[in-house]
Amino acid sequence: MADGAAPILDVQGLNTVFHTRGGEVHAVNDVSFSLKPGELLGVVGESGSGKSVTMMSLIGLLPTPPAEVRNGRVMFAGQDLLTTDAETLRNIRGGDIGFIFQDPMTSLNPVFTVGMQIMEPLRKHMGLRKRAAKARAAELLDLVGIPDAMARLDDYPHQFSGGMRQRVMIAIALACDPKVLIADEPTTALDVTIQAQILELMKELRTKLGMAVIWITHDLGVIAGIADRVIVMYGGQIVEHAPVRDLFSNPQHPYTEALLTTIPTVTGARSKRLTVIEGQPPILGAPPEACPFRERCKYRFEICDRMVPARYPISDGHDAACFRADTALRKDKSYA
Amino acid sequence: MLTYSIRRLILAIPTLLFIALIIFLLLLLAPGDPLANMPLTIPPEVREKMREALGLGEAWYIRFGLFLWQFFIVEPQYMIDAMFGTDLADGAQRIISFQSRSPVFDTIGERMPQTLWVVGMSYVVGVLIALPIGIISAYKQYSIFDQLGTLISMIGFSVPTFFTGVVLILVFSVNLGWFPSIYDTQLRVTDWDSFVAQMRQMAMPVFVLALFNASQISRYMRASMLDNLGQDYVRTARAKGMTEKVVVLKHVLRNSMIPVITVIALGVPQVFGGAIITEQVFKVNGLGQLLITAIQGNDIPMVMTLTFMFAILIVLFNLIADILYGVLDPRIRYD
Repeated sequence: MADGAAPILDVQGLNTVFHTRGGEVHAVNDVSFSLKPGELLGVVGESGSGKSVTMMSLIGLLPTPPAEVRNGRVMFAGQDLLTTDAETLRNIRGGDIGFIFQDPMTSLNPVFTVGMQIMEPLRKHMGLRKRAAKARAAELLDLVGIPDAMARLDDYPHQFSGGMRQRVMIAIALACDPKVLIADEPTTALDVTIQAQILELMKELRTKLGMAVIWITHDLGVIAGIADRVIVMYGGQIVEHAPVRDLFSNPQHPYTEALLTTIPTVTGARSKRLTVIEGQPPILGAPPEACPFRERCKYRFEICDRMVPARYPISDGHDAACFRADTALRKDKSYA
Repeated sequence: MLTYSIRRLILAIPTLLFIALIIFLLLLLAPGDPLANMPLTIPPEVREKMREALGLGEAWYIRFGLFLWQFFIVEPQYMIDAMFGTDLADGAQRIISFQSRSPVFDTIGERMPQTLWVVGMSYVVGVLIALPIGIISAYKQYSIFDQLGTLISMIGFSVPTFFTGVVLILVFSVNLGWFPSIYDTQLRVTDWDSFVAQMRQMAMPVFVLALFNASQISRYMRASMLDNLGQDYVRTARAKGMTEKVVVLKHVLRNSMIPVITVIALGVPQVFGGAIITEQVFKVNGLGQLLITAIQGNDIPMVMTLTFMFAILIVLFNLIADILYGVLDPRIRYD
């Protein structure tokens, strides 16, 4: 990870709204972050915190309607992905930006061979002919650790196990040497031993291919093992952003704190119940006007009900959207 | 797949024999007398002789056995003889209609073209209209096109063909005089004019039946497309940068066609069954009309043969549907 290098992907003020029967749902609210070449950015948060929606908004993968990316700017390779035309966006999808999805059991088309599904982006984005595409597809399957790659190209997805299918998904995502790989909970649907295998594979491929990765997960253990930087999302907002070490050693947002306490320990007494964060994440029917975490926060102050906290800097590369981190307020002491 | 098909074909034999028995017994139990149409002046003893001449004097199992013999052995021999000029049948007794006293299969052969032209064409037209409508309706769900399509297919599905048929006759034959209301079986297509005449007389019955078929199949197509459009693999295809055309017409359609093809295949026997009511409305003397007149005249051999033929077609197309399922869906293996 090259510090200070120009970001390869820069997201500013992204807002995504879903139009539903019950009115609008503000799923992503003013999200800004950037991704440097070669780094691995972890995105954590519980279900419904807007992690996946944010990433899908970047690249126009949300069905519109009901979704609407209202404003913001997503700079990639010198152009704004939110305003560019559909054809350019399609060329970037699967070409320069690869995707891996959560459920490998359903993410592959059941009626086409695995080979055909890997060759599809190769033929579209790299203009390879059938023979060359097939050779490259076999190479990719080999790269993701599937033995007897050439023969398995003619197999259908149902002839692969879950872990193997996720490897196929990774092969598809890596097909055209992407600069950015977005992995949306790639290990969630797999059992732990397979998870470990996939994590090892991803670490290895990342060093080998040198791409930047956005890794969405709700598993903090995975993040600790793989990420360079982490953003924590809650209620469609980024509530904390820190280098991975800082996040674990010095969490600033009460939500991050709470998340860290929910990790079960190996050493504690057996009878100890798992720690939970009480309450439910909010569903925002309107743009937030207060701190989204206030209902579940143990530090809640009067100001939390009135204003949305900005992202206050803590240290270099570390910020948190909590009034407790606002140095001006802290000096003021008026909140206490 | 081949072993499976052969096994299924062999298994079909007892099924069909059982169906034949049931049809035969049902006809036996049904009230009515094949000689009821004969003049009342015929003396009872003559009447009894006529009855015996029709073979009605024999025990039911002998009549049943004879029917099977004629249906499976004698008639195919005649068919081969007619095709290759051989003499396998050697003058054996064919299945004879009580009403016309001519071989049942000859009559069926005369009626088949009308039914295939009108009902078969309507099925083809119906399917060809239904598929694109179903695809577009699903892709643009709740659009005006979809709403309109839903409305029309609801109407097409729920209004009976004898009503739409009569309305069409009233409007296009009686008031406007564009199309003939009676189907002319004598018409031979030899040149352009006779071809146009044939198209004109087919137009209304084909439209009525096609509307009905299209309504049904387009609903299936739409539902199947909607099922698949929401699947994860569709998102994967989009994430790979595939164009919407590829996503919808290749990835989604291939999956959506699996259940629809089955429905289409299972509907084919109905084509041969003829559209009993529509054929009556438009005076198309096809198989449907043949069956109705045979039932009315207590023409047991004719009814038995036609019903049994439909049964064979249904069993056959069930098998075809199952095989197509296996061909289209790689997850299904029949070994």
